[in-house]
Amino acid sequence: MKLVVAGNGMVGQRFVEALRARDSAGRWEVTVLAEESRPAYDRVGLSAYFTGTSAEDLSLVPEGFYDDAPAVTLRLGEPVLSVDRDRHVVTTARGEYAYDALVLATGSYPFVPPVPGSDLPGCFVYRTLEDLEALAAHCAGRRAGAVVGGGLLGLEAANALRLLGLRTHVVEFAPRLMPMQLDEAGGAMLRRHVEALGLTVHTATRTERLEAGPDGIVERMVFAAAEDGAPVTGGAEPGIDVDTVVFAAGVRPRDDLARACGLEVGPRGGVVVDRTCRTSDPAVYAIGECANVDGQVHGLVAPGYAMAEVVAARLLGGDDTFAAADSSTKLKLLGVDVASFGTPAGELDVVYSDPAHGIYAKLALTDDAQTLLGGILVGDASAYAVLRAGVNGPLPGKLADFLGSGEVSGDLPGGAQVCSCHAVTKDDILTAVGDGHTDVAGLKACTRAGTGCGSCVPLLKTLLTQAGVEQSKAMCEHFAYSRQELFDLVRVRELRSFSRIVAEFGTGRGCDVCKPAIASILASLGNGHILDGEQAALQDTNDRFLANLQRNGTYSVVPRIPGGEITPDKLLVIAEVARDFGLYTKITGAQRIDLLGARVEQLPLIWRRLVDAGMESGHAYGKAVRTVKSCVGTTWCRFGVQDSVSLAVNLELRYRGLRSPHKIKAGVSGCARECAEARGKDVGVIATENGWNLFVGGNGGFRPRHADLFATDLDTETLVRTIDRFLMFYVRTADRLQRTAAWIEGMDGGLDHLRSVIVDDTLGICADLDAAMERHVADYSDEWAATLDDPDKLSRFVSFVNAPGTPDPSIEFVTQRGQAVPADAPVLVAGPTLATRTQGEVDR
Amino acid sequence: MTAVLSRTPDTAPDTRPGGAWVAVCAETDLTPERPVAALVGEEQVAIVRTHDGQVYAVGNRDPFSGAYVLSRGIVGSAGEVPVLISPMFKQAFDLRTGQCLAARGVAVPTYAVTVGEGVVSVALGARS
Repeated sequence: MKLVVAGNGMVGQRFVEALRARDSAGRWEVTVLAEESRPAYDRVGLSAYFTGTSAEDLSLVPEGFYDDAPAVTLRLGEPVLSVDRDRHVVTTARGEYAYDALVLATGSYPFVPPVPGSDLPGCFVYRTLEDLEALAAHCAGRRAGAVVGGGLLGLEAANALRLLGLRTHVVEFAPRLMPMQLDEAGGAMLRRHVEALGLTVHTATRTERLEAGPDGIVERMVFAAAEDGAPVTGGAEPGIDVDTVVFAAGVRPRDDLARACGLEVGPRGGVVVDRTCRTSDPAVYAIGECANVDGQVHGLVAPGYAMAEVVAARLLGGDDTFAAADSSTKLKLLGVDVASFGTPAGELDVVYSDPAHGIYAKLALTDDAQTLLGGILVGDASAYAVLRAGVNGPLPGKLADFLGSGEVSGDLPGGAQVCSCHAVTKDDILTAVGDGHTDVAGLKACTRAGTGCGSCVPLLKTLLTQAGVEQSKAMCEHFAYSRQELFDLVRVRELRSFSRIVAEFGTGRGCDVCKPAIASILASLGNGHILDGEQAALQDTNDRFLANLQRNGTYSVVPRIPGGEITPDKLLVIAEVARDFGLYTKITGAQRIDLLGARVEQLPLIWRRLVDAGMESGHAYGKAVRTVKSCVGTTWCRFGVQDSVSLAVNLELRYRGLRSPHKIKAGVSGCARECAEARGKDVGVIATENGWNLFVGGNGGFRPRHADLFATDLDTETLVRTIDRFLMFYVRTADRLQRTAAWIEGMDGGLDHLRSVIVDDTLGICADLDAAMERHVADYSDEWAATLDDPDKLSRFVSFVNAPGTPDPSIEFVTQRGQAVPADAPVLVAGPTLATRTQGEVDR
Repeated sequence: MTAVLSRTPDTAPDTRPGGAWVAVCAETDLTPERPVAALVGEEQVAIVRTHDGQVYAVGNRDPFSGAYVLSRGIVGSAGEVPVLISPMFKQAFDLRTGQCLAARGVAVPTYAVTVGEGVVSVALGARS
């Protein structure tokens, strides 16, 4: 049976995922027709686009999700234009699609109040990534902007303008900010926060018209007199000079398709559906912001997700219905927490107000004070998750605990919703815990709780603790400590050997988890060559042989090529070594040359040649700083604005050999064209006209991620000091095999906290970090050269202890494209040239 | 350029009860928890001295990858079991029996090994 979905927003995508997850028999063949050119993305997190999150990061579509044609097909940029309900056919600009069932998930459009001049250049809405891209492009070099609308979206838009460098006004028609969610006192407290950030707030103000300047672009916003006739601002005609205007005055359901094909729509818009989300035509459903359930249109994603689940179940014979929606919201605008949940006006309101700390809290209770109905939190929303989950039940704890910023605990009823994004109850969580999911990651994977807005993650931890789950930080069976704790113990106690460490703090004789971790800790604390004494027995094979183990038991050798810059003479040496030892050579993804296929006993011979030619270990084998990739910068490039090569070389030499919880890569680009792809690295540096922008926390690998902007326009000295501290803080505090991205994400307070520690020195540890890095730089020596100088270490580089001259007979090579590869290497089935017709036999 | 040092003991292969024994190295060549590989007849053997002085010999071939690399793994413990952990995909093998702890039914061969008069000898032919 054919199913057509009109729209691929958050709710549309969620619906398709829910249906596909349930439809194991493959009853429905799904075609998704989308207006936007991008697959579904996180519209709730849209503003993160202005703080360095890329469009790809915001994507909600799992990789490969739409590769499963014809079971599911996504057609981007092809919106449904009309619906023929008699023939069961929808029409797009490219053709017709027949359906047995049609799901409208067309969302909503931004409401632009009928203000003369609202169509002038310089006026924007705030809804899609295209809107944001256009806004960002316009704002370059602009001075002042106004946002029409002081609700949730308006404040986000205002923050965006502020981040784009504009003096920013917020213009709200109602007498307070966030009028839908907050009461007067809460709105006033929020206003104080917003104004403290430098934004100008105009409440009870209506925009009368917009005027253009000589260039045709909007230049002035003129206000109408306030409703009560009082003047709004001084001057003859009240208003503000702005060159950018964003309309964020609410959204309206996109019900035009439904209207045109004769479906019932609500008096104030929205496709009328019953609680099964079915429209007046039984073959047509509507979900999300375009739907009108019980006379109400829901402008939040959680109710939309609930509708998506209802329809997915219904299409497969289920009998789910849409229950009352949770309209709770939580927003964090520049560190200001604002939350509203349940019905925030009850029979008995309990209010706490602390203007000194900017905190306002109101809890609405039934008149017997026994049942929580809802509430408002401004300035500190740490109690949000517990309170929201407790709505319509007894107050989950002592009243006073929720009103200050005290420790929040709480005992919730089992049916209380913990995660409203995915409708997960406390009972669901406890069931998952009972099934053996005993950490937050496990609960996320099992129940999806915490994978939406993330606001319930602290509550998940609380529930785990309440369920008696000791949240183990244990590294493995041998150590009950986290890597950070062990690092501190080893550092403070000045322990130098695994035997001492395991005797004092662990049990048994270690494993492949704790031994390399302790080897890394010892190396970070400056305990000499990694193959010295007992340390050698801790190293994983790559570190033990200072090379990378490959699938057939051979190793690869990667000489350091700092910044990717290399002389022809050194290139010749590498070429000769590769030729003489029959090594397969490949340019790596990080501007180096990988020499593969070396047997253990060949490694010292290869290093000797490389070291004699002035090269050293590239640490391709270790959890250590690897490379600093660079473009050619101002030395050669027409567009470069800084010398990226010199900086990359200097950084790579400075941090070479730094052992860390995971491998670390860096990049330096000489201009914003970003040819070094620095934002894909743990440390990314991009040149600006005024210095360097520093990005942190990017990586390729299993879960690729772009780095986040950390600091801007740094001079070289400040840049290096900041990177020093970043790396050393990471080395000291990250978990074993935790990449920088996960390390930052897992930090309480995230990037802001990191900035406060290594820029503002709020922990007072920067001098210590600086000194540790200076020690590392001073103590560096090449591990290859040191091995060559030590007969005892060298004696380990044999295939056989009783036949040192005999190579391992199991290692065999064949030739592929002129180079040696393992004899059993997989062969590309199609061959090096793609077949153009059916071939009888594949040559192996 | 001498990148490798000869460690072959002078002692000739010798026959003891239980089969033919091959002397493979000096006792001093065995550092605790740093295995070595030896050629015993046609077979590759990983020889391990654990922290408590016990010496074990198991096959050098990692059954999961087919590469002869177990002697380059990490030596440790799993509960009371002394283990050798493959450097390829990290499966642990019981040094006493050769059993893979993670996959029942997978095992590496074990060899009889003795240390006498400063010489480490391995019996020709696997026990299991």
